[in-house]
Amino acid sequence: MSMTFVEKILAKYAGEKNVVPNQIVTVHPDHLLTHDNTAAIIQKIKPELKEYGVCDKSLSIIVLDHVIPAASEKTATNHKVIREFVRTHNIGNFFDVGAGVCHQIVVEKGLALPGKLLLGSDSHTCSYGAVGAFSSGIDRTEAASLMLTGETWLKVPNSIKMTLSGKLKLGVSAKDVVLHIIGDISASGANYCSVEFHGDVGQFSIEERFTVANMGVEMGAKNAVFLVDDVTKKYLGSIGISGSSYDPIYPDGDASYMQELEYDLSGIVPMVACPHTVDNVKPASEMDGLEIQQCLIGTCTNGRFSDLKIAADILKGKKISPNVRLLVLPASKKIYQDALRAGVIETLVESGGVVLPPGCGPCLGAHQGVLAPGERCLSTANRNFKGRMGCKEAEIFLASPATVAVSAIHGKITDPREVIKK
Amino acid sequence: MKVWKYGDNINTDMLFPGKYTYTCSTAEEIKPHLLEDLDSSFSKQVKVGDIIFAGKNFGCGSSREQPVIGLKAVGIKAVVAESFARIFYRASINQGLLLIECPEAVKAYSKGDNIELDVDNGKIIVSGKMFSFPKLPEEILAIRDAGGLLAYTRSKLKKK
Ligand code: SF4
Repeated sequence: MSMTFVEKILAKYAGEKNVVPNQIVTVHPDHLLTHDNTAAIIQKIKPELKEYGVCDKSLSIIVLDHVIPAASEKTATNHKVIREFVRTHNIGNFFDVGAGVCHQIVVEKGLALPGKLLLGSDSHTCSYGAVGAFSSGIDRTEAASLMLTGETWLKVPNSIKMTLSGKLKLGVSAKDVVLHIIGDISASGANYCSVEFHGDVGQFSIEERFTVANMGVEMGAKNAVFLVDDVTKKYLGSIGISGSSYDPIYPDGDASYMQELEYDLSGIVPMVACPHTVDNVKPASEMDGLEIQQCLIGTCTNGRFSDLKIAADILKGKKISPNVRLLVLPASKKIYQDALRAGVIETLVESGGVVLPPGCGPCLGAHQGVLAPGERCLSTANRNFKGRMGCKEAEIFLASPATVAVSAIHGKITDPREVIKK
Repeated sequence: MKVWKYGDNINTDMLFPGKYTYTCSTAEEIKPHLLEDLDSSFSKQVKVGDIIFAGKNFGCGSSREQPVIGLKAVGIKAVVAESFARIFYRASINQGLLLIECPEAVKAYSKGDNIELDVDNGKIIVSGKMFSFPKLPEEILAIRDAGGLLAYTRSKLKKK
């Protein structure tokens, strides 16, 4: 029987020969990701943890990233409780304040590998499709149960095949591609589905694939995946992982898809997602001139070295508008160090940027760059929901690092192709 | 019983603002902030047995179970929507909050209509018109019948 990527991987983890969409299977994931919410998760199962312990100390990956350094006594206490839990249960994959955003850490440390299955109590867990893994978000209670038992159920989703063909034009990036797709199919266009990317995807680096897979959940997808190719193998080699330590999964050529969509990359232009939904996208050129007060370059969507470098190349020798704050948020310590060594951070600071510690920062509105009523922020993050950055009377616009950097100079939303000409 | 009616893409930040996610986790802490940025009257006026009607993609966005815990705690009998986002759907199964995916019922509803629910037979009656919704799979009903996922897991651990 022919199967899609998700059917094959769920069959493998369920120990079945075949599975079909809507079938419910029992799986034992390779890893479970939790972050600052670990404190609330373990609180739910305090007596059980005491009695039974965790089912497998290598299951959990815990990263402190959402509110770091702690912003209040309450968040500091959460972190403390988590550190105690990690010590008591001997959790090896623990990353304390300053390591980076959880999803970046999982990929960067080689914890998500081709053909593996990961679940996480964070909606952007779908990011690891960038390296050919199946990964999906779950709720806190499910995570608590997994810590105790190591197993859960998954419903086999339908699959959508997206074929990307052609080459991107100068000044257009993977972020614009995914915003364009979400605008096309809507914020619920892939609800409950597994999205597979096919076609001329060899031109996308792992960093760019990460950006696209990360936003799979913004179209409602259960998971989003780029199939393993030379780019994946080379990336994994670069972080010290040999080809013998993973087993890629490929869909059958004649697998059946619920929907097949094609996108011509050469026709995509820089896009902006306007308030307050991610599918409210417009070409950046149509938004040209809209004043902004804050710019953010970072998050698990676009806080990688190449993102910071693109911004630095645009901002080199220039100053941002005096009417704008530019927040820079490297997605991990490693990225921060690479950017320091390459002079990227110096350029960004010189131009007026404020560097925040590697983590989620203002992305979820808890601290570090909360907006005031009436303000607009242009951000490289993945969500522009009302109130997301801590103020319901503020507006969030999403765009690529290039669009944000060019716009920071003008203090207004600006199509980056005005600057990136060759 | 009151019906609260909302539109499409009601996301987790509207249901429970992200800024409280690391400071509120118990039902009592959550209740006053429910739907805060969507409908400030909700948390003050909601009563046990009320129903929510909504459009497409209800609960999209973050993995945030506070709204589920909160809606269950204030006594929401069911959320009837055209469709739900999957993490929210799963969280609701795990907390025992009843979600009914029934676009026809949502489209048929207008303000003031009388609603009757027959969960066991998968029927919802909107102002005299009856609509069916599919039964949940066995595996999921087992979690619901146990009183939520943690109760289910506890009973499994005990059996081991
Ligand atoms: S950077 Fe933002 S979207 Fe990414 S994990 Fe952190 S809070 Fe979530």
